[in-house]
Amino acid sequence: MKRMRIALVAAAAASALALAGCATGGGEAEPTEEEAAPTFEAGTTMAELAEAGEITVGTKFDQPLFGLLDPNTNTPVGFDVEIAKIIAGELGISEDNINWVESVSANREPFIENGEVDIVVATYTINDKRKEVVSFAGPYYMAGQSILVLADNEDITSEEDLVGQPVCSVTGSTPAQKLTEIGAVPLLTDTYTNCLEPLRSGEVVAVSTDNVILAGLAAQNEGEFKVVGEPFTEEPYGIGLALDDTEFRMWINDVLEASYEDGSYEEAWNSTAGTVLPFVEPPAPDRY
Amino acid sequence: MTGANVLFDAPGPRARRRSLIVSIIAGTLILAGIVWVLLILAAPRESSGGLVLPGQFDPTRWDIYANPAIWAAIGGGVVRTLQAALVAAVLAILLGVVFSLLRSSHIAWIRIPTAVVLEFIRGMPVLLMMLFILLVASTGQYWAVVSALALYNGAIIGEALRAGLASLPRGQREAALSVGMREMQSKFLIEFPQAFRQMLPIIVAQLVVLLKDTALGFIVGYNELIRTTMYNLAAFVGNRYLFSLFFVTLVIYLIINLTLSWFARWLSRRTASGGRKAKGKPIDPTQGLLVVQASAAAQEGRQG
Amino acid sequence: MDVVIDNLPRYLDGFSKTLILLAASGVIALILGTLIAAMRISPIPSLRWFATVYTELARNTPLTLVLFFCAFILPYLGVRFDYMILAIIGLSYYTSPFVAEALRSGVNGVPVGQAEAARSLGFGFSQSVSLIILPQAFRMTVPPLINVFIALTKNTSVAGGFFVAELFTIGKELANANGQAVIAVLLGVATFYLIITVPLGLLAVQLEKKWVVAR
Repeated sequence: MKRMRIALVAAAAASALALAGCATGGGEAEPTEEEAAPTFEAGTTMAELAEAGEITVGTKFDQPLFGLLDPNTNTPVGFDVEIAKIIAGELGISEDNINWVESVSANREPFIENGEVDIVVATYTINDKRKEVVSFAGPYYMAGQSILVLADNEDITSEEDLVGQPVCSVTGSTPAQKLTEIGAVPLLTDTYTNCLEPLRSGEVVAVSTDNVILAGLAAQNEGEFKVVGEPFTEEPYGIGLALDDTEFRMWINDVLEASYEDGSYEEAWNSTAGTVLPFVEPPAPDRY
Repeated sequence: MTGANVLFDAPGPRARRRSLIVSIIAGTLILAGIVWVLLILAAPRESSGGLVLPGQFDPTRWDIYANPAIWAAIGGGVVRTLQAALVAAVLAILLGVVFSLLRSSHIAWIRIPTAVVLEFIRGMPVLLMMLFILLVASTGQYWAVVSALALYNGAIIGEALRAGLASLPRGQREAALSVGMREMQSKFLIEFPQAFRQMLPIIVAQLVVLLKDTALGFIVGYNELIRTTMYNLAAFVGNRYLFSLFFVTLVIYLIINLTLSWFARWLSRRTASGGRKAKGKPIDPTQGLLVVQASAAAQEGRQG
Repeated sequence: MDVVIDNLPRYLDGFSKTLILLAASGVIALILGTLIAAMRISPIPSLRWFATVYTELARNTPLTLVLFFCAFILPYLGVRFDYMILAIIGLSYYTSPFVAEALRSGVNGVPVGQAEAARSLGFGFSQSVSLIILPQAFRMTVPPLINVFIALTKNTSVAGGFFVAELFTIGKELANANGQAVIAVLLGVATFYLIITVPLGLLAVQLEKKWVVAR
């Protein structure tokens, strides 16, 4: 309760500051969080969150480039985290008032359904079965499943070379399912860093998951591994939220589109995943 | 059968010499094995792309530990592990008392459903129980971990207490009742203190298991020690430090658990001297449960 | 519940792996545990020390770390096996001290007089242990051993994190693929575990009542 009150006071102070800023300086085009005091129709999720002055976001804590807990600051860093910050910013919520909750594959849908998190931004692939229980804003990024092999491996160039071969991936993930479908033998563990030792020792011939995750692994171990072939699936990353909250979903889509326009999306990308991956034009949100 | 020395004569000079020689050879072999393992770990290793990875003891694999933030993160993991374990331990003991009461109730429709529920709890993997509690009761990660651990270990401690109660001489209860105590008074004032004291080492040993099992909290994303080091930190600092993180984690766990185990043994010794001794008083706590359970079952068998 | 029926083959696949893990590590842990128990009461002090150190290490290491050692460090040292076998090694190692404790409790349950009688008839250490003590200890040991195996059944679920697609891993896979029915999927997993553990538990209770000798 106490924390909530502090948050409210902080939010009020922030919006007062922002108002003052508007009154004196006029609207500079700087995309900071408290640019303007946002107003929302009463009763919407946006209004509730803006009034509470805090938001709970589920994200990965162990995914390089997208969501990774930084021990130096004890907060997560990465592209997903930046996207969440943009959304929070539009609600008038500052970074410090975002509650980060680690999201693992087993708790994403239930956390959204139970209202334990407001949104999930966690390399979360949009698919139809998930749409039965949660809804997705976005996609805000189009990833694709790809293959990581040893740097001197010339035999594997596409997913067809994986048929019948042992390939490492992570339990409870979409790529693992896909591996079974294409006829590879998936060896599953809990986290991608565990996949590299078997790859070195030859217990598996490749690691396969979303290209962006593989790029992160390759970058952390320079020269040892390489990503090969073209992505062979489409993994649209979406922002998970409550099933029937269409207003909130449409509003997040608006925010995403605005961030594509004003450069904050590209900025978010360049400061995180952009350090090892090229920038690609963001996909248009799917307003289903 | 407490003193194993009845099984063989005190060794004479020749037997002693022989056993010394065997010991020296075996010790040398073990030592050589350890050295061999360390040498392999220390050797640099060729990887793909013509890269030579440094050995596991190379400073570049350990330099993260110069960063205080890493230790702060590890410390946070230790604190969260102990936090979950401590709260779960208290709850488990309370639950254990409740379970043992319900389970030894004279009313069949209390006793039998309790037995079924206990069997269910004991038969479910703790991992699964955590997930269930998280998903069904939507408790949040911390309480999912704590309540699953409390339930499971409460069931075990409950059984231990029940066995302890059953192994008390019937005279204790009869005496209590005959001086005018009610059923519950006798249970709480006379029987429980004795059963509890007798079972204390076993309960502490079960608490070591509980502490180790907090590691299963990774499944619901609870940031205990192993999740902190082997998942989040490993992802942050990179795969190069995976082994060193493993060693650090292992050492921390061993320190915590060995301290607790040592405490369990110390308690066991303290409670063993003086006071009423159980039949075949065990030296080691875990086996004590088995012995007392067995003798309790035997007594129950005799009674009914 | 449709999810469970639709994916029954996958459940059964995982279940069979769980059973293999259970059976193989159960047998090996039994052998290892017996050896350790024998060492702990043996006349040679160094064997007793070894057994003590082994027990302390195995009992105080979380299973996750034991399995990590088997899945990553053993192959690094040149031990190349299938991950299934590596998991079996880890589970056996982790379970063996508990087996040893169960056995030791059985041995401790045998009255000292039995051993004294055996010794007075001129039996040596191995004779009195194998002919007099163990046969009597066995009856007291079986129920607690069953409890050890129940714990082992549940512990196999940890191996799922280390490249063995046992029941729990299958459960996680299915839960991910069927985001709309996570709870049904997990109930299915729980049922399969209970199929193993509940009968074992009931057996333990029965044997305990029947076999235990009141002394």
